[in-house]
Amino acid sequence: MRRATAAGLALATTARLALALVAGLALALVAAVPAAAAGTVTVGSKAFPESWILGEGLASLTRATGVPEVRHRSNLGGTEIVYQALRAGDVDVYPEYTGTIAEVLLQDPGRPSLEAMRRTLAARGIGISAPLGFNDSYALAVSADTQRRYQLRTISDLARHPDLRFGLTHEFIGREDGFPGLARRYDLSSRNVRGIQHELAYEAIASGKVDVIDIYTTDAQIEHLDLRVLDDDRGFFPRYDAVWLYRLDLEHREPRALAAMRRLEGRIDEAAMIRANARVVLERVPFAQSADSLLLEALGAAGGATAAREGLWRALLADTAQHLRLVAISLLAAILVGVPLGVLATRSRPLAAVTLSAAGLLQTIPSLALLAFLIPLLGIGVRPALVALFLYSLLPIVRNTYTGIATIPAALTESAAAIGLSPGAQLFRVRLPMASPAIMAGIKTSAVINVGTATLAALIGAGGLGDPILSGIQLRRTSLILQGAIPAALLALLVQWGFELLDRIAIPRGLRLPSEPT
Amino acid sequence: MTARGVGAPHGGDAMAGGGEAVPIAVEDLVKSFGGKRALDGVSLVVAPRTTLVLIGPSGCGKSTLLRLVVGLLAPDHGRVRIGETPMAPESRRALRLRMGYVIQEGGLFPHLTAAQNVALVADDLGWNAARVRARLDELTALTGITPDLLARYPAQLSGGQRQRVGLMRALMLDPAVLLLDEPLGALDPLTRARLQTDLRRVFQTLRKTVLLVTHDMAEATYLGSEIALMRGGRVVQRGIPADLLERPADPFVTEFIRAQHPLEGSAAETAP
Repeated sequence: MRRATAAGLALATTARLALALVAGLALALVAAVPAAAAGTVTVGSKAFPESWILGEGLASLTRATGVPEVRHRSNLGGTEIVYQALRAGDVDVYPEYTGTIAEVLLQDPGRPSLEAMRRTLAARGIGISAPLGFNDSYALAVSADTQRRYQLRTISDLARHPDLRFGLTHEFIGREDGFPGLARRYDLSSRNVRGIQHELAYEAIASGKVDVIDIYTTDAQIEHLDLRVLDDDRGFFPRYDAVWLYRLDLEHREPRALAAMRRLEGRIDEAAMIRANARVVLERVPFAQSADSLLLEALGAAGGATAAREGLWRALLADTAQHLRLVAISLLAAILVGVPLGVLATRSRPLAAVTLSAAGLLQTIPSLALLAFLIPLLGIGVRPALVALFLYSLLPIVRNTYTGIATIPAALTESAAAIGLSPGAQLFRVRLPMASPAIMAGIKTSAVINVGTATLAALIGAGGLGDPILSGIQLRRTSLILQGAIPAALLALLVQWGFELLDRIAIPRGLRLPSEPT
Repeated sequence: MTARGVGAPHGGDAMAGGGEAVPIAVEDLVKSFGGKRALDGVSLVVAPRTTLVLIGPSGCGKSTLLRLVVGLLAPDHGRVRIGETPMAPESRRALRLRMGYVIQEGGLFPHLTAAQNVALVADDLGWNAARVRARLDELTALTGITPDLLARYPAQLSGGQRQRVGLMRALMLDPAVLLLDEPLGALDPLTRARLQTDLRRVFQTLRKTVLLVTHDMAEATYLGSEIALMRGGRVVQRGIPADLLERPADPFVTEFIRAQHPLEGSAAETAP
């Protein structure tokens, strides 16, 4: 052993640590990015129960036709995200609504016919099936109590009561076929409009916190909470007929999936859909089971093999493992990139300004916006989630590395040069070890932020502990939320402890001594 | 201290003043910081195996001169030569390996033990453990550092011990030249006096070319073969200590010496 001296250990430790990091990163990357196999069909769905049920139903039917691998990626976080995934080929088919296609995807307020929409989307390689048979329109609803008190029957009646409190979903407030258009058509001058998550809106109206909410006409809670749907007397809302949006290449790539889709056309009426939703939302039946019942009603036969359901502990373990993988890989990458960047920043003032403000700028991008931005580039799933988490982890590491090195007393950095150390030794044996407490603190900060932010990865189909949280919010099921939130909190604590242990290895003992008065 | 060095590096004899005889020469050095001239045309030669002490009030340019010699600063004009080699970016590291450099408080790295600090450069150069060990053993006796102190971190050493370890580190490669910038500046008087005695012994034993910066006249008289008194970026007078005392070139020389009360200086009494 050539470098047997004690000082040699410092470099050897650094080198070993770096090697372990690189090896870990490579392994994790291989494990995390599943190769898209041929003969695979991926059904997508948005983050609400009706979409899950339809997606699971189709996945189950497709599986029954003998397609070797059928995946269902539920919980994709919204129209933009799931549509981008469809165009990118990460998803082959998902349930959509005609009104949404016109307004959001085509941005055509002129109520185009199904045929016209089909022609436009065909140019983008996307097909539209025939309607499944039910219309899940937007509508406004009030409680029975409110209806009596204010004598409300139609949306026009609302114009007479500008003081009523509206609790509307963010998407509804933002869409032209939502509240902005509605308010113009009906001359609503409501002063009191607040954005609220859809499932929580039901809670809010039940407890009298809001008076008017937007609903989907197939929601199970309408009947359950005895809500009154206001008549759209001026015909504002278009039809939202459920259809399949699918990639046209499916026709030659996997015609069996297409056949499965066709079997459901015209077979699901509104009553059946409301019942299926009620099973999931009110009776707490797992959505795969509700999908089975729906298929039984619609086709007179269950689809067949559903995906094996996991028990609580296995699900918990799988979610936690996936979460850890997301955190570990993105954090390792951030360390491998962030520390060198921080070192580089100490070389010149302009470089420091550019590097630090770039890393700072990344931090200010809202996480959902960053995810939505990454989907056209990287599709959905693990990759964009890793990239987003990586970018968010950079700043604390870069900044702390920079500060840690820049604040080493000048006399010591000069000594390192003046005694004849090579530039490499000056960096690896003096600067980095002396900056190690600051660097480790930066990594710790990144790690804890990362554990929290990684729950959002579920919105783009990357899984992790965000999955049960997201589903729990949709189903208003606290136990499900906790199933994600508690492990996430424990993980954050564990990561914190882990890094405190790691400090003992990574930070030289001489820097952890209290200095003695002399 | 007549023991012959064992396994001394570079084929020299570490303990008895062997090794190369290397002069330091600076020619017409000019250096300004933000328009303020710190050195204003200084030329000096330090003859091989002699000790020149740079002395003067704060801001006279003595530390700047030392930093130019070790290449931490580049001159605006003029040049530095160590032996025959000019100090330049491409020769800098090789020259530094032939110079030992000591600053106030020793300049020790807090994350390394005393032994690791001393062996750092040798380790970087690929010395094997046995060679490092042997050299550490030679130096502990010379610098008055005991082996148990070598295992400590700088924070666990006294100021005087840190300074001795700093000196050890400077001597590790058996350089021909020693540069010391206010090496005893932060010590209490008693420790300082002891270290002055030991430093002088080391200088006399090893017979290296030494350039030392201090602001203390007694220390300069005690340690220096010659003294160069600086003021305002120039050398006012250079000579053996007695010259400055008895034949001042300038009223400032007398004024500076008087102000320091040389007869009461910590090391003056023990000077021969």
